[in-house]
Amino acid sequence: MDVTVIAEASGGGLHPVTAQLVGAASSIGGISTVLCAGGVGVTEAASIAGVTKVISVEGDCFGSFDGGAWAEALNSVARGDVIMAAATASGREIAATMAAMRGIPIVQDATALGIASGILVTRPIYSGKAIETSTVQWPCAITLRANAFDAAGGGGNADVSTVNQSADVAVAVKEAIAKASERLDVTEADIIISGGRGMGDPANFSHLYEVADMIGAAVGASRAAVDTWDEIPHSMQVGQTGKTVTPSLYIAVGISGAIQHLAGMRTSKYIVAINKDPDAPIFGVADYGIVATWEEALPALKDELGKL
Amino acid sequence: MGIAVLLKQVPDTTAKITVSGGRVDEAAVSKWSFSPYDEYALESALQIKEAGGGDLIAVTCGPARAAKMLTDAAAVGADALVHILVDDLGALDTTQVQAILAAAVKHIGADVVFCGKQAADTNAGSTGPGVAHLLDASCVTMVSEVAADGDSFTAIRASAGGNERVAVSSPCVFAFDKGTTELRRPNVRGIMMAKKKIIETMTPADLGVDTGSSSVSIDTHSPPPEKPPGQKFEGAESVATVVGKLRDEANVI
Repeated sequence: MDVTVIAEASGGGLHPVTAQLVGAASSIGGISTVLCAGGVGVTEAASIAGVTKVISVEGDCFGSFDGGAWAEALNSVARGDVIMAAATASGREIAATMAAMRGIPIVQDATALGIASGILVTRPIYSGKAIETSTVQWPCAITLRANAFDAAGGGGNADVSTVNQSADVAVAVKEAIAKASERLDVTEADIIISGGRGMGDPANFSHLYEVADMIGAAVGASRAAVDTWDEIPHSMQVGQTGKTVTPSLYIAVGISGAIQHLAGMRTSKYIVAINKDPDAPIFGVADYGIVATWEEALPALKDELGKL
Repeated sequence: MGIAVLLKQVPDTTAKITVSGGRVDEAAVSKWSFSPYDEYALESALQIKEAGGGDLIAVTCGPARAAKMLTDAAAVGADALVHILVDDLGALDTTQVQAILAAAVKHIGADVVFCGKQAADTNAGSTGPGVAHLLDASCVTMVSEVAADGDSFTAIRASAGGNERVAVSSPCVFAFDKGTTELRRPNVRGIMMAKKKIIETMTPADLGVDTGSSSVSIDTHSPPPEKPPGQKFEGAESVATVVGKLRDEANVI
């Protein structure tokens, strides 16, 4: 099966999920061609093992984000049976638009793939409160959740070509309103430390940032914290109406573990919960639970991490 | 100006989901609600209508139970209600759902479409961009605010670089993230008026959409994998133990 992988860009280079997309495609017998929108990440993409071809799609439309225009330009270059993209906001939009353009179905947010009488797609539904497995006939489009698939290795040497292809831009960017935080986003991070209303005051999140800086973590928050304090933006919210994350390590501090929060983080590889209430539901999903106040536990955590 | 708001009824985010016989047990869902992002789309559409006039039509595609949600939309100000009756949305693939919704928007003659960026059941996010393509409309996703000036619109959306203001012209689709304004609650008069509001109920066939063969078939639903019970420690002095385990057992730091 021929798979067109839409490369995911991050900070001018290639997002690590791109190699995971290629790995997932190979695992079901797919031969990958990677499309790099606006020429971003071409060299890195060519070195991913298993990629046969990289096409740098270059055009004026890639100067700012208009999912419809990007999809149109990429779609005119895309070939093959399956379109694969990362289940990020932009990846979902581009893949959904390309699927509509091609008249093929799309299944979003896959966490496992297999092959039987079609492509077997496993994905969480109801934000992880249940798991759905379906059989999808190709041609189709599939988006994959980051960190759910093994990445293809390096050492590849794919052919690289350039196609000049733009599209009319209908969404014009007028001005930046608020700059994104310089800090790592929870969806990008391999380690996340999140605070809840148990932190008592938004100023106390500074302790979480200190820990985060020691271990290269992103800082997240529960919905209760986001709703209670204006200082904690919605972009930090982990849970059903926030972001869904699958880091290697998730540290929940002062988070009781409402069902909406658990839905957003329960697939993390390891979960540490710090809460003073021994009956908090968060302990039900924690690999390691510490019954203590954050005021006592976070200084100890900083000390211990400092010794590593 | 015709404003369509696409709504999906989903289990309330606080509801427990149980699986029985390989399928999510819908009968066991304690409460059904608007999908949360759809509610922000509805609120923004109501504000656009109040500021600039026009008809706001609430549209849903789903089983009979979804009619209640349309009545709830009328209670806060939707002018007309359209229900495309589909008993089992899970039996349709995205090409079919999008064809139904796009046909419904054309049927009511709306120029502008508001919807959630994704529904809280599948969390997919395919509908807004897909319907936009079928309507030959531009699409803005991750929207938190919309302002109208005639058939020109500005919207605030979240992007990788931060929030930005973008401009589009109708026809267009706005797929909402969590909005910035408070959601309105219905008052008694709104609720009474809504009860009298007639829902235009149609089938996909009425809209000329074939729901015959789906390319996606659901094999099974299952509960999330049970995690083995974790280890629990008392007191801050156990932090050293846990950090040791994270390093030696879990190998994550």
